[in-house]
Amino acid sequence: MAEAAATNGGVSGDELLVVENLKKHFPITRGIVFQKQVAAVKAVDGVSFSVKRGETLGVVGESGCGKSTMARCVMRLLDATDGRLVFDGRDITKLSRSEMRPIRREMMMIFQDPYASLNARKRVGFIVAEALEVHKLGTGAEIKRRVQELLEVVGLNPEHYNRFPHEFSGGQRQRIGVARALAVNPKLIVCDEPVSALDVSVQAQILNLLKDLQRDFGLTYVFIAHDLNVVRHISDRVMVMYLGKVAEVAQKSQLYESPKHPYTGALLSAVPIPNPDLGRARKHIVLEGDVPNPINPPTACNFHPRCPRFKEGHCDVDEPMLRPFGTGHVAACHYPLEHWPMTEDEMRRPGTPVSSPASTP
Amino acid sequence: MALLEVNDLKTYFRTDDGVVKAVDGVNFSVEKGKTLGIVGESGSGKSVTCLTIMGLNPKKNTITTGEALFNGENLLRMPSKRLRDIRGNDIAMIFQDPMTSLNPVHSVGKQLVEAIQLHQDVSKRQAKNRALDLLKAVGIPRADRRIDDYPHQFSGGMRQRVMIAMALVNDPDLLIADEPTTALDVTTQAQILELMNRLQTEFGSAIIMITHDLGVIAEIADEVVVMYAARVAEKGTVDHIFKRPQHPYTWGLLGSLPRLDADLDRLVQIQGQPPSLLNPPRGCRFNPRCPYVMSICKEEEPQLRSVSDEAEHLQACHLDEQTKDREAAKLTAGTLAEAS
Repeated sequence: MAEAAATNGGVSGDELLVVENLKKHFPITRGIVFQKQVAAVKAVDGVSFSVKRGETLGVVGESGCGKSTMARCVMRLLDATDGRLVFDGRDITKLSRSEMRPIRREMMMIFQDPYASLNARKRVGFIVAEALEVHKLGTGAEIKRRVQELLEVVGLNPEHYNRFPHEFSGGQRQRIGVARALAVNPKLIVCDEPVSALDVSVQAQILNLLKDLQRDFGLTYVFIAHDLNVVRHISDRVMVMYLGKVAEVAQKSQLYESPKHPYTGALLSAVPIPNPDLGRARKHIVLEGDVPNPINPPTACNFHPRCPRFKEGHCDVDEPMLRPFGTGHVAACHYPLEHWPMTEDEMRRPGTPVSSPASTP
Repeated sequence: MALLEVNDLKTYFRTDDGVVKAVDGVNFSVEKGKTLGIVGESGSGKSVTCLTIMGLNPKKNTITTGEALFNGENLLRMPSKRLRDIRGNDIAMIFQDPMTSLNPVHSVGKQLVEAIQLHQDVSKRQAKNRALDLLKAVGIPRADRRIDDYPHQFSGGMRQRVMIAMALVNDPDLLIADEPTTALDVTTQAQILELMNRLQTEFGSAIIMITHDLGVIAEIADEVVVMYAARVAEKGTVDHIFKRPQHPYTWGLLGSLPRLDADLDRLVQIQGQPPSLLNPPRGCRFNPRCPYVMSICKEEEPQLRSVSDEAEHLQACHLDEQTKDREAAKLTAGTLAEAS
């Protein structure tokens, strides 16, 4: 637990989920009969964090940084290569399928795509009731009553029990996904980009619903998203991931007001602000290029090829560990940001010209 | 004269269930070198408006009326040969999904060369050099080596850059971008927006930016059209829309955004769903979802009219201006009561 406590900045409390040094490497093999592993995609590479009861941990990062793989490992939908998962005081890392079954009731998931995550051939009543039936929670009539109650809780008409998913709009489908996750009274809900596929107005409805449910049922969320505005709205603490590793973890206010990791700074400065005065005046840290290939990640600090504060001979040879910056705030950087927002000079990578090169064809 | 002037544009689709009025009387204009943002929910008619201007709707079962004057010529009543000359040459379009809009079986270089040779009388070698210059201009590293790569070898952000390069091959006067950054990460989105801004200053093109992200609008647009259910709900400069919004739908859109510059406990939510365009509500189309609805809203459809002392700022709502200014001020202070 020592490592997880460190990630938490020394705050120990009533933790529902503790993840220690989680790794998930997908092997790349060659050969048909005699397969041998030639490399590995290090999708998640040593992630430690913990989630307290009743809180929301937001997880942000670009596509391909391992957010979803991490979530699937936590749910035991994928088996981790290495690391330890402690859920509600119990080590679930090595539990067998049958041993996991009673625990699956306590952790549920909401998926990104409300079109793909509901079985198109089943009625809504069946979709929501399925988990109740699998876990044998009540008789037929009880289950039906419970499902109708759930539909009402998430803001759908209980009479829509017999409809098919295609009869609902995107936002309504996401509500069905929420009802399904709630059915078995879970303690933890992992939300994997639950609002990214929705229009802003519908997104607001779902975010408000999730907040209300958390208050009413004392739920704990791990909320994965790439939209920093959304994460800020719903989270208590935020974890920033980059290329399978944790870059920074902090209380929401600390992360958004005084980020320490340059990657967090870059993400924050890239978010468009719906305020024309602020938006135009603000300077972006424009990161060069894309997230590197996780098969062959950069040495030492994996952010160094894109970092505006890169120091040769240090960042590319010595990997920074997560270190504390005040209560509950950790970041993995040798040259953390001293202040926020940064000046235009500080945002520029050393060696790049003042204005971005534009060859006029 | 404006570069593009759209007057009373209507696009109706005949379907088995009846006539879908996807665009129903839309007016706007775009000046040279300026950026117009079009915002609205899915199904509000943003994309169909632009597809109609480009003449890309299926001919069968589509009824188009009104006019879209591009440099004084009506794009909607033009022989298709003339339209083909303009399309890709004077007006170019960038689509939302860069994977499905590039041909997967040809290298990006070949696709760029094809676009150049269609409109310009140049040799293949000249066209290829021009393609290479453009890939460099949109910031593709090692462009000389990547020009022969296929679309699947590029990441999402890089593909979108290729799409922009392709849209720019003939120095278009007007660039229509349909949600160009929706499928991308924030960091990549920032790169693409900066690129579009830079190219606009360099080439002086006008841009129509379709998006549902008001943050993007605030950063790059000069003028904004807010569309709701196939009609214009509000229109004005970016300052008008963000500082003194005058339509309850715009308030809903602004209020439903979680934002970095303000802490709100609950988001304003617009109740319900956008209406069916087969059978839009009587009177104001927003009335079933509007928290400020009055009896007149259910009877009489409000027309676009100027806001007093802001002649360029148009809105279509029956509410009196005092109430609106009060609500708009509350919204900008972040305290608009939840619409319920």
